[in-house]
Amino acid sequence: MKGSDLLIVRHLGKSFGRHEVLQDIDLVVQKGDVTCMIGASGSGKSTFLRCINLLETPDDGHIFFHGRDVMENPGMTESAYRAKVGMVFQSFNLFNNMTVLQNCMIGQEKVMKKGKEESEENAMWYLKKVGMEPYVNARPGQLSGGQKQRVAIARAMAMQPEVLLFDEPTSALDPQMVGEVLDVMKALAQEGLTMIVVTHEMAFAKEVSSHVVFMADGVIAEEGSPQDIFENPKEERTREFLSRFRGELQSS
Amino acid sequence: MPQSFSGRIVMILSRYGGSILTGAGLTMLIALIGTVFGCIIGLLVGVVQSVPEPGRGHPARKILLKVVKFLCMAYVEIFRGTPMMVQAMFIFYGAAALFEIHMTTMFAALFIVSINTGAYMTETVRGGIFSIDRGQVEGARAIGMTHAQTMRYVILPQALRNIMPQIGNNLIINIKDTSVLNVIGVVELFYTTNSVAGAYYTYFEAFTVAMVVYFILTFTCSRLLRLAEKKMDGPDNYVLAEGPVIGEVAR
Repeated sequence: MKGSDLLIVRHLGKSFGRHEVLQDIDLVVQKGDVTCMIGASGSGKSTFLRCINLLETPDDGHIFFHGRDVMENPGMTESAYRAKVGMVFQSFNLFNNMTVLQNCMIGQEKVMKKGKEESEENAMWYLKKVGMEPYVNARPGQLSGGQKQRVAIARAMAMQPEVLLFDEPTSALDPQMVGEVLDVMKALAQEGLTMIVVTHEMAFAKEVSSHVVFMADGVIAEEGSPQDIFENPKEERTREFLSRFRGELQSS
Repeated sequence: MPQSFSGRIVMILSRYGGSILTGAGLTMLIALIGTVFGCIIGLLVGVVQSVPEPGRGHPARKILLKVVKFLCMAYVEIFRGTPMMVQAMFIFYGAAALFEIHMTTMFAALFIVSINTGAYMTETVRGGIFSIDRGQVEGARAIGMTHAQTMRYVILPQALRNIMPQIGNNLIINIKDTSVLNVIGVVELFYTTNSVAGAYYTYFEAFTVAMVVYFILTFTCSRLLRLAEKKMDGPDNYVLAEGPVIGEVAR
């Protein structure tokens, strides 16, 4: 195990009842990696992502964060681990009882125990970054989908996570709002944020990722650099899956 | 004794207006305090009822939680399933007979209304918590909040807003149901009215007054609660940090 390996997943398995959703998944994420997970719906991508921050409890295998097994010998609580592994959801999950600004402050104040002023300053910095600082007083119900997702990214970033997980962040958005969210994500990737992104945006995956994982039927069918996967896929399943996105990939 | 109906009402009001007001005040006091304490009980028990099962490796905590949840369930079922009037007799005289605890009628009244409301509120709170989208919990978990923090800062504020109409309902029910406490001698509005009526055999007149007073109490409360709900919802529009009010809400 190398020192720079931030997250290592070994032999991860997960079943829902009799249905085996994930089998023997291995993944290594290094600091600064942008890992994109692609694959058909139901292939287990989202479940895998949710296992990484323990929103789902894996049935088998190990997850090492900085070399420590987060399930058996974490040296910290599950909550403390999750604070370092941020997550952005398909359905945003902004707190409906708080304003945009409060959404970005509450974690800092209550989880990181930062002062109010520092939290606000930090929250404003990230809200500015995603272009949402004029909306600090708005409530989630008053925003469009794209705006909500940008706030959700700011909320996650305000916790200064070491790795940020994106669970189909643009799947619930109207087409014209997808771009504004992807732009924010691209900027974060360029700044060196470690990201694991489950997505159906192939052009984004091809352009931004450093590592692409193709999942099918609960296993990793193929993985490699974006060039490997998008230009020379070895597996028939990968080729077949990508053929559906030919138009999108050529225009990029 | 005045000949006309209205004359007798005026007589009751002028002669007994003060005691009727005192009775109404006591009714409101019991209803309000009982509702507040009932809500607190309901909140606590409702939250306990919704604690998720601990994961692997916590057998002791699992058993403890099961026992506590069972006790909570028993409390809810017993107090929801028996009439408050019977509970009042049972507790007031039972405490004296079994434990030689002689409660004042006022204390007994507050106690009975509180635990009764608590039993109903527990179910309401539980429903309120379950009505909140699962995504809210996940959003909170994902930024590292514990179960308790998630409840306190994210779920309960939203659940409380959603159950406000139900809390109002309970307050209004309590204003009316304190009347059964006359069986243990609480001098609330019904008891007072009954005494007034008995003095000159003016039952119809006295209870006409009581009807009106009860209605004024409940109607005022229901309007005030509506206002409180509006306030909790916050403004419909928001102000851009450096700009004018957004006229239309973007949805």
